[in-house]
Amino acid sequence: MSEEQIKNLEEQFEARIARDEKIEPKDWMPEKYRQTHIRQISQHAHSEIVGMLPEGNWITRAPSLRRKVALLAKVQDEAGHGLYLYSACETLGISRDELYEQLHSGKAKYSSIFNYPTVTWADMGAIGWLVDGAAIINQVPLCNTSFGPYARAMVRVCKEESFHQRQGYEIMLKLCQGAPEQKEMAQDALNRWWWPSLMMFGPTDAESTHTEQSMKWKLKRKTNDELRQQFIDQTVPQAEILGLTIPDPDLKWNEERGSYDFGEINWDEFWQVVKGHGPMNKERMKARVGAWERGEWVRDAAMAHAEKQQERKEKQAV
Amino acid sequence: MSTKNWPLWEVFVRSKNGLEHRHFGSLHAADAEMALENARDVYTRRNEGVSIWVVESKYITASNPEHNGEMFEPAQDKVYRHPTFYDLPDEVKHM
Repeated sequence: MSEEQIKNLEEQFEARIARDEKIEPKDWMPEKYRQTHIRQISQHAHSEIVGMLPEGNWITRAPSLRRKVALLAKVQDEAGHGLYLYSACETLGISRDELYEQLHSGKAKYSSIFNYPTVTWADMGAIGWLVDGAAIINQVPLCNTSFGPYARAMVRVCKEESFHQRQGYEIMLKLCQGAPEQKEMAQDALNRWWWPSLMMFGPTDAESTHTEQSMKWKLKRKTNDELRQQFIDQTVPQAEILGLTIPDPDLKWNEERGSYDFGEINWDEFWQVVKGHGPMNKERMKARVGAWERGEWVRDAAMAHAEKQQERKEKQAV
Repeated sequence: MSTKNWPLWEVFVRSKNGLEHRHFGSLHAADAEMALENARDVYTRRNEGVSIWVVESKYITASNPEHNGEMFEPAQDKVYRHPTFYDLPDEVKHM
């Protein structure tokens, strides 16, 4: 194809997206669109998969059967979300094996939030409330993104996510209504998870390199800073109901803006964790790669069994 | 490294009797039986279905969007296939 033809196709393509038409896997798309989507959808899938690890840590130690079934169901949902997203990503012409390889080799990133440890039961509450809360804000606009399979996967993810946040908030609520030690535990979890949750929206708009292109392709409908502000504005009143204090001395209502002003985010910490130096980066990858390697014989056995069954069927048919 | 990867399957779910099976997504499984079981866990955790079909993706033949012109445009100028093409006086009822 000549350069001019490609330019022509690209213009038509951008116009389709501007008209709110969806792009489906077999449609022509610019290589950059394909690569950007593979990167974002796979990062999203990896985040769901690695995201199971910090919570998996507490399944066996959940304080009651009610909490245990809820946490199990939530973690199972995350596996499901990962699988929806991996299959959406595969429609772009990358195999599941390549995707796993990128995760396991460290080439692909996942959400930095999962590189923090879950040290008390209250962390299950804080994660559901804050981390899933932030994820919902990030994800809802993606239900209308331009790439059809991603948008459809996100509709399903968003429907299921609301239970995650409510179960987390309920854990916090119960702790806050309990003994002083329990409330202290809830406050401690909020103290540790607040700032990393704010970082989930990514670098400030001034620092964000992909925003303009992503906006055009409807991979983003609002900027990182807008989404972060929305999260803060809706979370502060929820903390007040719990009777907990947001660990930010600069947090205060700005009458004029109709929003909360907040303190400086520690971006050095953010970049350190992104680059692999967070408290749990190594541990998470070790657990993930270990699970994959230890599962190899099971995958092989299932395949061998399937082939044997198939052969037997064919023999009987003769 | 595994010798052979699990193939890809497409999943279709009937959400309730009276409705058709609809494409829900895809997944990897070693065989059809496992594909059904995995589809149950991945796509119907909240009563989304009463019946599941799975078919290995390689058996699906899809039309090519680049040929959409030849494929679908012939239908565009056949307005006479639609009831509104026919001019009838308003007095004619039940038609």
